[in-house]
Amino acid sequence: MLGFLLRRLLYMIPTVFLVSVVTFIIIQLPPGDYLDTLAAEMSDSGGLDEGTMQALTEQYGLGQPIYVQYYKWMSGILLDGNFGISFERNLPVNDLIWDRLGWTFTISILTLLFIWAVALPIGIYSAVRKYSVGDYAATFFGFIGLAVPNFLLALVMMYVAFKYFGQSVGGLVSPEYLEEPWSWEKFVDLLKHIWMPIVVVGTSGAAALIRIMRANLLDELYRPYVVTARAKGMSEFQLLLRYPVRVALNPFVSTIGWILPTLVSGEIIVAVVMNLPTTGPLLLRALLVQDMYLAGSLILIVSLLTVLGTLISDLLLAWIDPRIRYQ
Amino acid sequence: MTSVTENIPVDNEPQAPELLGPRALMWRKFRRHRIAYFSLWIVGIIYFIALFGDFVAPQAHDERNRRAIFAPPQGIHFIVEEEDGSRHFQIHARRLQMEIDRATMRRTYEEDPNDIIPLGFFVEGHEYDLLWMIPSNTHLFGPVDADDHVYFFGSDRLGRDILSRIIIGTKISMSIGLVGVAISLIVGVTLGGISGYYGGWIDNIIQRLIEFIRSIPTIPLWMGLAAAIPLDWPPLRTYFVVTIIVSMIGWTSLAREVRGKFLSLRNEDFITAARLDGLTDWQVIRKHMVPSFSSHIIASLTLAVPLMILAETSLSFLGIGLQPPIVSWGTLLKEAQNIRTIIEAPWLLIAPGTMIVIAVLALNFLGDGLRDAADPHAH
Repeated sequence: MLGFLLRRLLYMIPTVFLVSVVTFIIIQLPPGDYLDTLAAEMSDSGGLDEGTMQALTEQYGLGQPIYVQYYKWMSGILLDGNFGISFERNLPVNDLIWDRLGWTFTISILTLLFIWAVALPIGIYSAVRKYSVGDYAATFFGFIGLAVPNFLLALVMMYVAFKYFGQSVGGLVSPEYLEEPWSWEKFVDLLKHIWMPIVVVGTSGAAALIRIMRANLLDELYRPYVVTARAKGMSEFQLLLRYPVRVALNPFVSTIGWILPTLVSGEIIVAVVMNLPTTGPLLLRALLVQDMYLAGSLILIVSLLTVLGTLISDLLLAWIDPRIRYQ
Repeated sequence: MTSVTENIPVDNEPQAPELLGPRALMWRKFRRHRIAYFSLWIVGIIYFIALFGDFVAPQAHDERNRRAIFAPPQGIHFIVEEEDGSRHFQIHARRLQMEIDRATMRRTYEEDPNDIIPLGFFVEGHEYDLLWMIPSNTHLFGPVDADDHVYFFGSDRLGRDILSRIIIGTKISMSIGLVGVAISLIVGVTLGGISGYYGGWIDNIIQRLIEFIRSIPTIPLWMGLAAAIPLDWPPLRTYFVVTIIVSMIGWTSLAREVRGKFLSLRNEDFITAARLDGLTDWQVIRKHMVPSFSSHIIASLTLAVPLMILAETSLSFLGIGLQPPIVSWGTLLKEAQNIRTIIEAPWLLIAPGTMIVIAVLALNFLGDGLRDAADPHAH
């Protein structure tokens, strides 16, 4: 297990390096940089401050070769934890992002739990009662879940919630709680709102996992060991949970690895639609105005945390299934 | 030889079983898959609409009408009742009467049952070039008088016909899927083939690359790339760059599949035999390996098309994919971005949304059916 852990950690180093390079290239792609915009704005308003410009240019190595800029950016992050400043808001990136990243990952992880809670029982049910009405309903739901894009589902749910239930939509808490400190009422209000993004983001993942669980379990259900256990006189429910479900669960766990990136992606796009205080709207805005350090830091951290999540799911799998460790 | 066969009395011989090639067998299996077969028709119709969009669309997609802003969908009626009480058959729609409430500045529309707009097939309307070359002004279905306007799916904030816009948008949305898949096919098969056929360190590098691409969340990456497209680029260039961006992810799963097939085929006897016969690597791949898994590739490609359509839609919806003069399902949905618009004009969301869901579902079912048909071991 230790060897496996070390090997996986070693693999992560080139991945992390690649992520940072790709991110940097992306934020460098648009022609010009924010300083050009800033200079234009400042000279419009009359006060072009040469000193500030000089300092900013120096700090970020703007105008120098791209690898120097990359080096300055990375060393700032690695040595001081300094992600640069948001040019648009004139604030350190650090002040802007952590709250929002926290929400993004809170919602993503809650969504993962939701997907599991939904997909596991439904998947088992539709395998055991193959071709029943419930199975067909689950299959139908699965295909719909895969076919409806996240943002469309978000819009439809917002419309339904607003029109038929009169609920305030958008945001994570009602407007009157926005500036309030945390209290029980605010928490309840949060719960009233947060289920919607979770369901929206989770639907396609749940649909896919139900299919996987059903297929896995169908492979196991007719194995001789199940027949043997049944012949012993075990109750059907106990038998099901103790043997075939346990075996079918392994591939189920390994899917977290690929589901986490899609959840984070989905959360970002749904957040833009629902106006949630998470990474999505901030990233979109930063990209549109070329606020490059803000956009770059967001892409970098979101990607890194996702890679980390994938690593954790791999370790979890290795812990459950010894065959993987010794490959 | 023919004279011999003629002399055999056919009646007493048991009928020789009909011989079917692998393609015919696959087709037979595919047809048994009802939903997939039905989806094939749907997909065919959608691509027909994409090709002959101008003919199918009742109106010019960019024609504005100040007197029909946010007009609701109009129904189609069949029986006309004359003033003397007699009835006769005539397909028609009822003209909309607009009223503006000055206090709230809201428009309300009411259908006037006495003022009918006759509808017909193959009517004359705006001019267009069929398949980009044949000038024509015939339209499949629409108002008989070209000056009338009918909005079957409602109209948008500039009074443009949603149905016509969806039909024209089909061209862009469906073709992005095809072009994107073509790019994925080239990259995926090349890299997957190299990886699986040669193995070793090059396989290792390609596999790490694929793992890397799959482990990072796609939307932020796409957003970053798409936001880098300058807004003043010509539409065609934007279109191709967006297509390349959405196909960047699609090739990985294809490459994995091709690699797996190569790995399992590499040690098969017929491949070894071909190699011992002195065929070059390229000949072995082209003549023996590719034909044995091409049907799987086609199935996976079909399943990749809807993913690309969804990706384009999402990007355009966020405003960083295709830009408004281009009409695609994504740019249409962008009109329905905030909840207030949706409350006022739900058809802006429902009509293009339904179209996307139908297209994606049909392509998914079709791909599933093809995959089942291509797999000789499926039960």
